[in-house]
Amino acid sequence: MNLFLQALNWVLDPAHYSGPNGIPVRLVEHVAFTGLTLVMAAVIAIPVGFVIGHTGRGRGAAVALSGALRAIPTLGLLTLVALVVGVGLEAPYVALTILAIPPILAGSYSGFEAIDRRTIDAARAIGMSEGQIVRKVELPLGLPLLLGGLRSAVLQVVATATLAAYVADFGLGRFLFSGLKTNDYAQMLGGSILVILLALVLDGIFAAAQRFVVPRGVSAGRFEDTRARSTRLAR
Amino acid sequence: MIEFRSVTKRFPDGTLAVEDFNLVMPSRKTTVLVGSSGSGKTTLLRMINRMVDPTGGVVEIDGTDVASVEPVKLRRSIGYVMQNSGLLPHRKVVDNVATVPLLSRVPRKKARADALALLDVVGLDRALANRYPSQLSGGQQQRVGVARGLAVNPNILLMDEPFGAVDPIVRAELQRELIRLQRDLDKTVVFVTHDIEEAFLLADQVVILKHGGRIAQVGAPAEILAHPADDFVASFVGADRGRRALHVENHGGGDILVDSEGRLAGVLAAASASEAKAGPVSGPGASAQGQDPR
Ligand SMILES: Nc1ncnc2c1ncn2[C@@H]1O[C@H](COP(=O)(O)OP(=O)(O)O)[C@@H](O)[C@H]1O
Ligand SMILES: [Mg+2]
Repeated sequence: MNLFLQALNWVLDPAHYSGPNGIPVRLVEHVAFTGLTLVMAAVIAIPVGFVIGHTGRGRGAAVALSGALRAIPTLGLLTLVALVVGVGLEAPYVALTILAIPPILAGSYSGFEAIDRRTIDAARAIGMSEGQIVRKVELPLGLPLLLGGLRSAVLQVVATATLAAYVADFGLGRFLFSGLKTNDYAQMLGGSILVILLALVLDGIFAAAQRFVVPRGVSAGRFEDTRARSTRLAR
Repeated sequence: MIEFRSVTKRFPDGTLAVEDFNLVMPSRKTTVLVGSSGSGKTTLLRMINRMVDPTGGVVEIDGTDVASVEPVKLRRSIGYVMQNSGLLPHRKVVDNVATVPLLSRVPRKKARADALALLDVVGLDRALANRYPSQLSGGQQQRVGVARGLAVNPNILLMDEPFGAVDPIVRAELQRELIRLQRDLDKTVVFVTHDIEEAFLLADQVVILKHGGRIAQVGAPAEILAHPADDFVASFVGADRGRRALHVENHGGGDILVDSEGRLAGVLAAASASEAKAGPVSGPGASAQGQDPR
């Protein structure tokens, strides 16, 4: 029997679905950790991205910083932080948050930047307060690109969160590391398959959400445009 | 009444957009600021609702210095219409019109009902109420913009080249509608344009601006045409050439009017007939280019 089938058998084996080291528990840990990482990264990156998009200032610095953050090797960073704060979940939490910041930052500032300045100017001129402009104009119009940034952050974090098991008894990565230790390649590959499936499912959810949040008027306009063009061509 | 007293605006980058500007804009009249691009029209307009704060002098509305009024409150009391309509793309037409009343906590039902009524006022079919701005033509969008400007029933309506981006036929239609609206609503309108024909058509008071917001001449359209203050004004309003510089020629005992290029402009009618024609909607013969004889 080849390795892939063994891995599938491992994934489907009911014996792996109970207990503290079962797939459900590890899955929940993995998802929760990914979620908490994203929340922290979003809390940091979205306001910064918003200020950049809103004022048009600091864009160059943000691009440079994002590039620098992206260039940091995650495993190296994880090891470094672990050396400082010790073994446990703090180190991967810090490392993955740093990994998630650049895409969210890029998504949020490009989302806010893409809004027509004249729309914002008009909103202000008719008497919207700055807070109302943010909530009623900039957020709804910037949300699709912002979600795009979150989506790519999710993908990176959910894959890289396997590394959490490198320093803690945690998440789906556990199967990879313990499989590696015991030469249990079926378990290793099975664990990878689970991570891949999870990533695909989360990505699908975000893709759907992204379509959902495109403001009706914006998508309606696009639809109308193409229709108008095709009828003109038909004539 | 809106009064500018020694108003100056220097932008942070050093541009002196308006220098020592003095003007009274009478209540319930239409004042049109006209001048070439960059002459400071928009800056002047936006100093009325504090979208721009002057660096010198005061702007008063009915004796109150606008600088003493909180900007958001001030802006909600003044209608504002801009060239590209500035509608919120993610809101339906009716919600765009109701935007400011809803912000001011007018009950949702009433705000929507009022908005629908305003669509009638600006000549839009109520069937468009549930469309999004991107599903309307440019002219329709401008009408929605005007409806939104009227939604708080403001005393003052600021309009910054509102018909600048629509084609000439639609523009002429919108201009006629604005004249009709103004007859019914009696707002203090401040209208910005670079088109002298539009200025003469709409204005009670025309303000011709040179660079830096310097006033070349203020007056009723007829006064300016009859007595241009200087060569700049004469050339700007076209009194020295083309369609406006008409002279009488005698053809076989009958007088005809001919412009400076020798094109036939019409005949001299009896005085009473020309007065009847002085109204804004001058019948089937009127064209977009405003051959209104005043
Ligand atoms: N925010 C700004 N910062 C710097 N200069 C500006 C700004 N707004 C307008 N200006 C300058 O002020 C002058 C008048 O502009 P504006 O009032 O927009 O003219 P108009 O509306 O007549 O075309 C122009 O030279 C323009 O470049
Ligand atoms: Mg302008």
